[in-house]
Amino acid sequence: MTSDFWSMGGYARYVWPCYGIAGAVLAWNLWAAGRYLGAAKVRAARALAMASSEAR
Amino acid sequence: MWTWFYKLASPPYVYGVAAAFVPWLLGFAALAIGYGLIAGLGIAPADYQQGEAFRMIYVHVPGALLSLTVYTVMAVASGIALIWRIKVGHAVAAAAAPIGASFAILALITGSLWGKPMWGTYWAWDPRLTSELILLFLYVGVMSLRSAFEDPLRGDRAAALLAVVGVVNVPIVHFSVVWWNSLHQGATIVKLAAPSMPGSMLWPLLSMWLGFMLFFGAVLCMRLQAEVLNRERQASWVREAIK
Amino acid sequence: MTVGAWDAFFLVVHRELCLSFRRPEQLFQPLVFFLIVTTLFPLGLSLQLSALRDIAPGVLWVAALLASLLSLDSLFKSDADDGTLEQLALSGQGLTLIVVAKTCSHWLVTGLALVVVSPIVGTALGIPTHAFATMMLSLALGTLTLSWLGAIGAGLTIGLRRGNVLLSLIVLPLATPLLIFGAAATDRAISGTSTAGAIYFLAALCVFTCTLAPWAATAALRITLE
Repeated sequence: MTSDFWSMGGYARYVWPCYGIAGAVLAWNLWAAGRYLGAAKVRAARALAMASSEAR
Repeated sequence: MWTWFYKLASPPYVYGVAAAFVPWLLGFAALAIGYGLIAGLGIAPADYQQGEAFRMIYVHVPGALLSLTVYTVMAVASGIALIWRIKVGHAVAAAAAPIGASFAILALITGSLWGKPMWGTYWAWDPRLTSELILLFLYVGVMSLRSAFEDPLRGDRAAALLAVVGVVNVPIVHFSVVWWNSLHQGATIVKLAAPSMPGSMLWPLLSMWLGFMLFFGAVLCMRLQAEVLNRERQASWVREAIK
Repeated sequence: MTVGAWDAFFLVVHRELCLSFRRPEQLFQPLVFFLIVTTLFPLGLSLQLSALRDIAPGVLWVAALLASLLSLDSLFKSDADDGTLEQLALSGQGLTLIVVAKTCSHWLVTGLALVVVSPIVGTALGIPTHAFATMMLSLALGTLTLSWLGAIGAGLTIGLRRGNVLLSLIVLPLATPLLIFGAAATDRAISGTSTAGAIYFLAALCVFTCTLAPWAATAALRITLE
């Protein structure tokens, strides 16, 4: 039964790359958003630090 | 009654709400996508005409629907930002654009992989495929326009106008299979009638669609936090928020 | 002395036309580009005229699109550079009226010029003379729509570095229906089948764009001028 599953009725070389691309797109979205948010927080902290040091 | 709407115009409120929503949205998305995958790959029976290849529907259709939904979200947020000058709208639009573009790419690639065994070709210049490709170009155009301006607010407003102008393509993509003779099959779920698909195949599809929507919501919230921070760096509330 | 709306319209059109004809070489450049691009296709494909006829509508329309895009630069840029655009915006006449006047005069010297030159290009590509009427009508409608789409794009990209590339990136996706139906109309005219559907659709697109684009282009200019 599992070999039937993996071969997807002969369409394996279309179906599995499809799901692979979908997984990659979802993963990229999460990773890129996380990175973007982290960078934004770093920039905001730096801007605040500069502003408070200038205020002195 | 509309106070929740007015509150959403406030950047610190939106930042807090988005941050709180992310784990819930991700959790429910995982559940919906998990069920969709298990039921779609394992439980749903093979299609009479397409065999096992029809299972590509479980990533292709949600991706395509999302690419359209996200553009609409982007256009509505842009419209709100342009008309009422609510800057949070620009943040939402900026956050949504790359997500929508990635879903459009997903729809095009999975559609191409599905087209090869079913239609014998990886690509055809048929109305549905062409208009989806134009949707991708519009996403790229909006993102490029936003980043081309040195003044971020001007970039936001220019990109917002383009997003609103381009929303005319969304109904074109959806109705292309109705208005023209298209290789692509007609609407099975987003239409004013009963779905033309049996339950065992339909439920995993709806679950995947829901899961993708929740996932989009989660990623949107993450990017929205970043966009709000980028636009409000000097504000005093930021100090507490990023601790 | 207050100037009425029609007077203002014709004043701006007159100004634009005077300025355009003062530098005639600027008018000829897009036309020459049109001719050159059309020449590239037969040279690259080295086809006989009879075979060229099949691809002629598409080639003609792509070349017309690209030539129109080239000429869009002149719509707002020089006025934005020397401050005239701000003066026009502050003039008390509606900015929309001025945008309509500028775009109409722009179409007169660019789009209409393309239509006039198109029989030459058509002959070079092997389009039979009986198809010329449809070809010119479809080009007239198409270039007018394109001038308006270009006005929106030009309004958004004035003064940007590499604004030209961005302008093309914005306008071309929106112009694809034009290309599809314009080429279809010319194609049907060549093969002798009814062109009514395609021409009606082109006309509908033109009316739709001419109705809504002025507001979008004005909004775009206000964003840029702020």
